[in-house]
Amino acid sequence: MRAQPALRTRNVGKRYREAWALRDCTLELPPGRVSALVGPNGAGKTTLLRLSVGLLTPTVGSVEVFGESPTTNSVRALSRIGFLAQDHPLYRQFTVADLLRFGRSCNVRFDHELAARRLTQLGISLDARAGALSGGQQSQVALALALAKRPNLLVLDEPMSSLDPLARQEFQQTLMGAVADGELTVLFSSHAVHELERVCDHLVVINHGQVVLSGDIDSLLAEHRLLVGPRIETDPRGSRSVVEVKHSDRHSTLLVRQGAAAIMPGWQANPVGLEELVLAYLRRPVDLEAGSHKEPA
Amino acid sequence: MFHFRLDTSSGVPPYLQLVQQVQQAVLLGFLQPGDRLPLIREVVESLAINPNTVAKAYRQLEQGDLVTGRPGHGTFVNDTLPAAVPPATYTSLRHGLQTWLRRAYAAGLDDHAIAALFSSVHHQTKTKTKRKTA
Repeated sequence: MRAQPALRTRNVGKRYREAWALRDCTLELPPGRVSALVGPNGAGKTTLLRLSVGLLTPTVGSVEVFGESPTTNSVRALSRIGFLAQDHPLYRQFTVADLLRFGRSCNVRFDHELAARRLTQLGISLDARAGALSGGQQSQVALALALAKRPNLLVLDEPMSSLDPLARQEFQQTLMGAVADGELTVLFSSHAVHELERVCDHLVVINHGQVVLSGDIDSLLAEHRLLVGPRIETDPRGSRSVVEVKHSDRHSTLLVRQGAAAIMPGWQANPVGLEELVLAYLRRPVDLEAGSHKEPA
Repeated sequence: MFHFRLDTSSGVPPYLQLVQQVQQAVLLGFLQPGDRLPLIREVVESLAINPNTVAKAYRQLEQGDLVTGRPGHGTFVNDTLPAAVPPATYTSLRHGLQTWLRRAYAAGLDDHAIAALFSSVHHQTKTKTKRKTA
């Protein structure tokens, strides 16, 4: 039996006035996994994350978190979801202890002990005012608050973008430790593609409001190959399995899906790295006519 | 306790890096039968790595009969291992390969050519050696 997805979106579109921020987005996140959401600025990442946690309602389509819509405002559905907005906002005048007390009074599930212990381990005083903490410490406080809910789905919007390398690592340690404790699915957006392989096992790439690639990272890497061979004159882009073609004077490089495809004599098949793969999909022109929710002219 | 490393610029998937480090350590005798691998939680804490990746590496090592997981106790190195290669032999093989690679680069071969040459010779030699030993 297949486990129920932590997050499932079906043909989700979100329109702000005239513009579609997200179109025809269908995806599933398997439970217990750590998924990265990647795409350029303005691709619709934040919109997708806010739809996932019920802060936005889709214009069309449906969003389900463990089988329930996050916008029904049922306490049960919302208590399973944790959300960390960009720049980890905290009440700056509150002490860390105040924030924990506030978290406990606002949530049906709140593991005060867990949060206090973790922050003490990190050398963060519970008496300190949030505004006086360093960026790295503020991110740890915000993460501790989100994890204290013991959510089953934790959604983070560019959680590490403002952190220095050491603070990033500490943040990742806390986050990965929480995943190791079980029953937690993570979805976070990031621009740092080079460091995703360490912490993620699932990937969602969006561009121009559409999902262009999604799946298990190891499977995606295994399915793609870079074929290098003598320059070809025909344009193979019509073939669905060809993701990208590059020509040099005498040779051509093709990024193809379905690596097991027969290789022409004289051609070499090489594995492709994650960053290379993501960039190739982002460079691909998006068929803006393909969305099913296009307004009639 | 065995320590893992992670090189995110190597292009080798993280789970495979963990698998290869255990294989190599067993080969060199740094890990011996009965030794316990670090708990998944310990690897996660030290490398800031995804626990699913560590679990996948350990599963693969189990499937390769290199280790056995005992629920609640940990993952242990099996005692039915192929004889460890003496470190000196390993070092000398490594050195030989380095010398060969330097010659190949000096001769003007690029990475693709070297990989192509290696995989074709590897394939031929493996087939011949197997026929001989059969």
